[in-house]
Amino acid sequence: MATDLLWIFISAMVINNFTLYYFLGLCPFFGVSDRISTAFRMGMANVFVLLITAFCAWFLNSFVLNHAPYLRLISFIIVVASTVQFVEMAIKKLSPALFRALGIFLPLITTNCAILGLALFATNKGYGLVESLVYALGAGGGLTLALVIMAGIREETKLLEIPKVIEGTALNLIIAGILSMAFMGFAGLFSTT
Amino acid sequence: MKNTVEASRYRAEFVKGLWKENPVFVAVLGMCPALAVTNTAINGIAMGGATLFVLTFSSLLVSSFRKLIPKEVRITTFVIIIATFVTIVDFLLQAFMPAIHKELGAFVALIVVNCLILGRQEAFAFKNPVRLAVVDALGMSLGFSFALFCLGAIREILGNGSLFGITLFGPDFEPWIVMILPPGGFLSLGFLLLFFNWLKQRQEKKGVENGY
Amino acid sequence: MVELQQNRGSSSLRLIATLGVAGLFSGLALVAVFLFTRPLIEANQAEALRIAIFQVLPGSESYKTLELNAKKLQLLSNEKESTGPKKSNPRIYAGYSKSGDLLGFAIPGEEPGFQDKIKAIFGYDPEQRMLIGFEVLDTKETPGLGDKIIKDKYFRSSLTTLKIDPKIVAVKPGQKTAANQVETITGATISSKTVIRLLEKTIRWWLPSINKYLETQ
Repeated sequence: MATDLLWIFISAMVINNFTLYYFLGLCPFFGVSDRISTAFRMGMANVFVLLITAFCAWFLNSFVLNHAPYLRLISFIIVVASTVQFVEMAIKKLSPALFRALGIFLPLITTNCAILGLALFATNKGYGLVESLVYALGAGGGLTLALVIMAGIREETKLLEIPKVIEGTALNLIIAGILSMAFMGFAGLFSTT
Repeated sequence: MKNTVEASRYRAEFVKGLWKENPVFVAVLGMCPALAVTNTAINGIAMGGATLFVLTFSSLLVSSFRKLIPKEVRITTFVIIIATFVTIVDFLLQAFMPAIHKELGAFVALIVVNCLILGRQEAFAFKNPVRLAVVDALGMSLGFSFALFCLGAIREILGNGSLFGITLFGPDFEPWIVMILPPGGFLSLGFLLLFFNWLKQRQEKKGVENGY
Repeated sequence: MVELQQNRGSSSLRLIATLGVAGLFSGLALVAVFLFTRPLIEANQAEALRIAIFQVLPGSESYKTLELNAKKLQLLSNEKESTGPKKSNPRIYAGYSKSGDLLGFAIPGEEPGFQDKIKAIFGYDPEQRMLIGFEVLDTKETPGLGDKIIKDKYFRSSLTTLKIDPKIVAVKPGQKTAANQVETITGATISSKTVIRLLEKTIRWWLPSINKYLETQ
């Protein structure tokens, strides 16, 4: 059981990294990755929303959607979006400091494909509550890792003289490609016995 | 006279999605499906087709009811409409093309969060008459499908030495396996964008030299 | 009052009504499509399963589903197969020849491989205590390298006459000396070892209940 959970965590975080392997959450990956501090906070906000999503998806799957699988997609989107909004309001009330750190990212994240992706993947794999939460933690950790590394590289590229023709999305995509290649090195972590 | 003006308007709305405002190559929208499923040309086309279905019908509905939908809840309504059509496509693919559905997996459902579709509803279908909205949707999704096909074809040819599953080169061809793996997705799109940038820059330079 | 509200935006009643109507129509459309496609989808899934079972149990013409319930294998009528994400009890499938003789069991299993979990199904012949067939159901192993577990003919043929006693073990290429050994594939060592681990783990897990089931027959 414990090794299973560890496998789920590591696999979601580095081997099958959401951003670099499944291409999920690319908008923040390219949009909010120009400074490490912002990238880290964005990543943390993602972890937070992913955990809520995992819980919602598990709840819907176990108690509501058994009789109506055709409503899965719609209910995932709507329930996740509204739950995140509720939590956002709650945080604003309870901890203004935390809200200032994460709050501005929350509305952005709700429409992020990583969120829906997590709910769908966890459903397809038939995960229970604990497995789903661990999966969400791993996926969020992976997103944060990818974001922070990307931001670190982009901070460096600002100091360089880059040919104008490659600047912007083209350069970011090529950097992401190389990062993705580097992450391929994590494959096989769990089967080299 | 009026007819020709209108016809040219339709043509303009249709053509812009194909090239000048191509959702993938120019606007860089909907990257997640564009990169995730394009390891073969067939998968690219299948994903493009599914997106075409969803985008066209969503635009049709949104544009038809645009006067009845209150502004405050428009996004939620768009999402409900889009999610309905995505679920329908998902079921239809599972029923009639199980092999394709297995290849695309959860990425069919992820069409819902393709920013291209929601973007077209917000920017075009909600403000324009039905026929124009449908033409715009068709143009955009054909442009999207074209881009996905290009990426898929490049990745399949380099990464597997084949196109549509037909082997192109002799046995001496050593496939660049990395191209059909995730890094290949990033790299192919990156270099394609680089190529387009280069083309654009060259054209601008030419324009300057010709003194205009 | 009404005019004032209209100027500021739509009344909340209208907002709720719009969403309600949209939800209603979307629900209706989805139910219709679902009811129309469900038999086709279920037929597709059953067909895929049937093909896999008949492939790993050569010569079989029909199968029965066995479900593990409270540590006992129970026969399930084929119609009752539920689909969907809900986890059902673990199942194996008993394959029968044309004359109705039990040929063996088709057993699905999974194991973390190089990239993601490898899912496979294999045929087990209880009489000879031997594996007689193997089919990969789902894999994301590296194309051209790890996917040799599907394409490598020698590897696959060694899985069709594989004794399970005392233990299924992996050996280096060219070093097979006994019927319970499988040679790994050069260039796909990890993936082929994963398959071997999958076979060993799954068959050990099922063996007690299969034996108990056979005794009661």
